[in-house]
Amino acid sequence: MEILHFDIAAPMPAGGTRKMALVGVVASGNLEVLVERGDAADRCAIEISTAAHGFRDLWDAVVADFVGRRAAGGLRIAINDGGARPDTVSLRLAQGVRLIEEPEA
Amino acid sequence: MSNIRQSWYEAGARERIAALVDPRSFAEFVGPECRETSPHLGIFNLPAQFDDGIVVGSGSINGTPVLVAAQEGRFMGGAFGEVHGAKLTGLLRAAKALGRDVVIAFDTGGVRLQEANAGEIAIAEIMRAIVEARLDGVRVVGLIGGRAGCYGGGGLIAGCCSTLIVSEQGRISVTGPEVIETNKGVEEFDSRDRALVWRTMGGKHRTLIGGADVFVDDDAAAFRAAATAALARPAKFDAATLAAEQARLERRIARFGDMSDATDIWHALGINDPKAIPDMPADAFATLAAQYRESADDAR
Amino acid sequence: MRQWNTRKQMREERIAAGRGFATGKLVDPETLVDFLEAVLRPGDRVCLEGDNQKQADVLAKGLAAMDPARIHDLHMVQSGVVLPEHLDVFDSGIAKRLDFSYSGPQSARIAKMLFGGKIELGAIHTYLELFARYFVDLTPQVALIAAVSADRHGNLYTGPNTEDTPTVVEATSFGSGLVIAQVGEIVDTLPRVDIPGDQVHFVLDVGRPFYVEPLFTRDPAAMTETQILTAMMAIKGLYQPYGVRRLNHGIGFNTAAIELLLPTYGEKLGLKGKICTHWALNPHPTLIPAIEAGWVEQVHCFGSEVGMEDYLAARPDIFFTGPDGSLRSNRAFSQTAGLYACDMFIGSTLQIDLAGHSSTITANRIAGFGGAPNMGSDARGRRHPSAPWLQAGAEADPDTATPLRRGRKLVVQIGETFGEGNAPLFVEKLGALELAEKLDLDLAPIMVYADDTTHIVTEEGIANLLLCRNADEREQAIRGVAGFTEIGRGRDKAMVERLRERKIIQRPEDLGIDPLDANRNMLAARSIKDLMLASGGLYRPPSRFRNW
Repeated sequence: MEILHFDIAAPMPAGGTRKMALVGVVASGNLEVLVERGDAADRCAIEISTAAHGFRDLWDAVVADFVGRRAAGGLRIAINDGGARPDTVSLRLAQGVRLIEEPEA
Repeated sequence: MSNIRQSWYEAGARERIAALVDPRSFAEFVGPECRETSPHLGIFNLPAQFDDGIVVGSGSINGTPVLVAAQEGRFMGGAFGEVHGAKLTGLLRAAKALGRDVVIAFDTGGVRLQEANAGEIAIAEIMRAIVEARLDGVRVVGLIGGRAGCYGGGGLIAGCCSTLIVSEQGRISVTGPEVIETNKGVEEFDSRDRALVWRTMGGKHRTLIGGADVFVDDDAAAFRAAATAALARPAKFDAATLAAEQARLERRIARFGDMSDATDIWHALGINDPKAIPDMPADAFATLAAQYRESADDAR
Repeated sequence: MRQWNTRKQMREERIAAGRGFATGKLVDPETLVDFLEAVLRPGDRVCLEGDNQKQADVLAKGLAAMDPARIHDLHMVQSGVVLPEHLDVFDSGIAKRLDFSYSGPQSARIAKMLFGGKIELGAIHTYLELFARYFVDLTPQVALIAAVSADRHGNLYTGPNTEDTPTVVEATSFGSGLVIAQVGEIVDTLPRVDIPGDQVHFVLDVGRPFYVEPLFTRDPAAMTETQILTAMMAIKGLYQPYGVRRLNHGIGFNTAAIELLLPTYGEKLGLKGKICTHWALNPHPTLIPAIEAGWVEQVHCFGSEVGMEDYLAARPDIFFTGPDGSLRSNRAFSQTAGLYACDMFIGSTLQIDLAGHSSTITANRIAGFGGAPNMGSDARGRRHPSAPWLQAGAEADPDTATPLRRGRKLVVQIGETFGEGNAPLFVEKLGALELAEKLDLDLAPIMVYADDTTHIVTEEGIANLLLCRNADEREQAIRGVAGFTEIGRGRDKAMVERLRERKIIQRPEDLGIDPLDANRNMLAARSIKDLMLASGGLYRPPSRFRNW
């Protein structure tokens, strides 16, 4: 497994009060995204565990785009990747951020 | 069309639990934030899942406190590994200790190949834990209607439950279609013939031969209603129950053992047009099944 | 004195030669190969009916079994190259030259044979274009066609899969060519007459139905959340603002997802009756929930779909049906309808370049065109106005005064930025151009030209190319929805943001689409079984699509 760490500036702080949100599932072409609250409101920490080695550049681009576009400040995100395409990763990240804004079900 | 029913088959483990228990009543044990993942999968360069493919916890159904478990059939086919199995064993032991009923949403292909020994042990532990809980008067209700069906050790565990609720999509068996074909040849069982697979292992057939107790539509609300009813049934479990089950199974094999296709069995049950069964809507089928099916209730 | 009836005389000679194998018009199928060798001549122009779905499969086998020493160098003019026999005749030398439209299942082999020089290529056409040439410079001398049944006079019943037959017969028979039909049975009275018997010269009762393939069945169980998101964007970002009522859909999962979102997401947006009421479309099973929910007023079909027959017959208010109740399809008319009477075409493709040209052809797969270029092009001969057409015209050309300003058809490419096998949808250079270089073609096989393409929809956003004012803006609009492909990552970020402010690019969040709604629960049917149930049991899916 390849483990990738990102800790980057995130201009938009995350909303809501939920402690955690989980979206997706580890399956072929899919991934799970676990979103939790982190320490600094202007940072987003992301840890990715993937069986597909050698795609750091692509993850870099996906993650940078995500924090630029979505309210991800103050979040700690952990990903288990089942070989998802970048569009699926983006969608799951967006869903995770949206879910943690929602009131508890 | 705006209020579409929620498909049980489509739903993930967490969605199934959310549909099953009363709102805001669920408390997860060893949730994904604990990151209690499989110690084995990394060796094979396979990604782990934070809940190891099973969600367990406590909640209530129509106000009745229960313990619930749901397998995630999309993660490694819902297969039993070491952590996955331990979570279910622990839940069942808690059920015995607390005297609380359990609802298990099965969705599994059996034991996870990468952790076979641990998985096999888990199956044995779970079966023992169910029997011990049931001896103390705990009901263990199994729900089967997911993508992976209920195969391998999952099929054995399901056999130990006090009530099995199944939808058409739900398949119950020990040996899966591909394994039968590999070992016995395509003439014996063509695993790609989907209609054959479903009429041999699917919910309708299992209901008709008494392998499952309650047939429901592929609808989360229907599973919840059936589970509620099952939790209200007497929790009888003793030597007489097991003897009755043994007798029932002997009767079943004597009656249908020589038949080569499910439709022959349905015909023998007295159903005039067995070929119409697969296309039949759920309520029509449930009505028909109530009239013709082999009994299962005595034995559970 | 010139003789003016040589073609008719030629046909009479062929009929006379064929009579030895026939009783009346009925040819003994046992003698098929000898019969064909008797009526054909080397170098003949032959239409072997290979449609998109229906195949004259027995006649194809007969043709391929002929002796190339006797019959050779045929010029095949047929819309679909589908069966292996369609190419076997080129391997053996029976046929030499090919003009066609579509080669789906044979796309890899046809590419190999073209590179190997086994086939002399005339051209790859769109359907309408090839049909048009049947009446100008590619009129068949012999047509080998397929029908469900015939009576003793040679009248033919083609059933729901009428498809290309009337067009082929019209050109051949009235062009003094010979028409030979294979049928599944001979009956005393036909359910309806699709082809009059005086246009048909020989009939073979082959004792079984012609080969037909289900091509338009998309299993809702395989639809992804990304496809659902993209479909929601199309509905909210295109169908709604343009008020598209008359349209054609391609056959991919993205457009099937749109069909399944109409009764749910479309309903939520209050769009029933305002969009998607009139269609030129094959009978897609995924349209059933929208039809049943009262969204659809009328559908005209190019062909049929296996398993849909009873459903179509039970909905004559919606579909075109004959006195026998069954569907009457007609590819030529439906293609014309799609070209002239629809305000939108939306379909998927394999490759899009930076100008907006798109193609489904790669250097080792030549799938042909089929009908998409007719649907996916602005009809320059169109003269009737409609709101979406005028609105698109205004966006493209705001400076021309209204009474002189043409409208524009909405031609939309929809897809995910990475397709099958993680192949990027967006490329620097189309495979079609490489192919044109390799085969030394005068014209690269472009499916939809850039100047016809008005919008591109991906999971990242919608690019409105009508609003782009120069090539630079166009390129950045395309890069701006190209996701994480090389093309997408090569965008000028500042410029893309400016295009977004001008609504040339719209993101899901700009359209107010919640990513949590991109969920399979949003689909009106999530399985083939759901489609069957929605049809009240009238849709009978082929067994390969069942899981019950």
